[in-house]
Amino acid sequence: MKKNRTLEQAIAAIPSGAVVMVGGFGNPGTPFSLINELQRQGQTDLTLIKNDANEPGHGVSQLIENGQVRKLITTHIGLNKGVIDSMNRGDVEVVFHPQGMLAEKIRTAGAGSFGFLTDIGIDSEITRPEDLLDWQGQTYKVEMALSADFALIHAAQADWLGNLVYQGSAINFSPLMAMAANHVIVETPDLGAPGRFKPEQVHTPGAFVDSVVALESLNSDYGILEHHVRR
Amino acid sequence: MSAAERILSRAVAEITPGSIVNLGIGLPTQVMHYLPDDYDVQIHSENGILGAWKQAAPALMDPFLIDAAGAYVSLREGASLFDSAVSFAMIRRARLDLTMIGAFEVDAHGNLANWKIPGKFSPGIGGAMELAQKTQRIVVLTTHTDKHGRPKILETCRLPLTAKACVSRIISDLAVIDVTDQGLVVREKLMEISDADLQAKTEAELIFASGGNSA
Repeated sequence: MKKNRTLEQAIAAIPSGAVVMVGGFGNPGTPFSLINELQRQGQTDLTLIKNDANEPGHGVSQLIENGQVRKLITTHIGLNKGVIDSMNRGDVEVVFHPQGMLAEKIRTAGAGSFGFLTDIGIDSEITRPEDLLDWQGQTYKVEMALSADFALIHAAQADWLGNLVYQGSAINFSPLMAMAANHVIVETPDLGAPGRFKPEQVHTPGAFVDSVVALESLNSDYGILEHHVRR
Repeated sequence: MSAAERILSRAVAEITPGSIVNLGIGLPTQVMHYLPDDYDVQIHSENGILGAWKQAAPALMDPFLIDAAGAYVSLREGASLFDSAVSFAMIRRARLDLTMIGAFEVDAHGNLANWKIPGKFSPGIGGAMELAQKTQRIVVLTTHTDKHGRPKILETCRLPLTAKACVSRIISDLAVIDVTDQGLVVREKLMEISDADLQAKTEAELIFASGGNSA
């Protein structure tokens, strides 16, 4: 079954109040076109799950600046002073996890399990007594799986069955989120017919993907950020 | 040499051939620029790279390939790219030999605080907690005092900890200091400074190894 959708159709599936995972670590992997359409359609009261908050005026930062986000579950927002200020004012609730714990919570949900045991941060202020579990003589921290209603994913290449290939450091959270969300929306600048990939090259199998949006081109959001170039 | 240059030019000697190394955001990432181009090391970047290398030439910069600090890196021969769960599995399974990391505070017990200043600065934990807790060797790169001249090397950290008893060595702009069971041992000085003056800039008590002045 072809999963091709227009940008408008794909994003219209998202209601206000939804929990939405967004791929990307910094710019690479951030599905800017899907995010821009979500901003245009104006759904509100969203919970976003993303590694970071992008940078001011870009990506999920736009949704936060636009007042569409109630809560952000993330690992680090140090490159976005605007979102730090929004958090400090109480305009958006921000929950921080250690980066590998966020990844593993999402991976666990994507594998159909409900939680895992760890020792990360077990004696730090991020752990509450009720998070601890004594089991066979050891004390562990219980980390619960993290799922979502939707995932927004950027793939370098896709076919219309939803098989995905990522590029460079744009893999990051995308294959994990594609497995952990109930409805997965993918954008790609390179959509082709099934058979274009060697089967063992596919990063995310199409079974996890619901809609694929073909992008005619990548706008300047996807380009080099000059302030990250060392002169 | 500036304080940063003194730290970086000494820090590069910590990277042993054949090792897997993570360089934290800030001063540590700059250590890469002090490595010879053909040096045998694999730089791990927690966003999913093993074998990251110096900034790509302008024509080869790829907007889809950055390190965790946002730099448009190149890749070494033999590099691999993977998702965030694999990247942190590598960290938690202690496959990294060395992490160099910045500090707000570090103390005589090897405790590290580098992620939160309550009420002032709370950008999130990022990868710091897992790197600090699970890397085989942690070397802290830090100015000896903060911008107000207050010691950053303390008897006991006062800020929320990133990880307990994780630091092996501290390289400041003034000295190389090892965390030992006996306390903080000064191994080298990186500029002319008396024992008394170095101690005066350090809250924790320092143990001066004999003949330790290499400046």
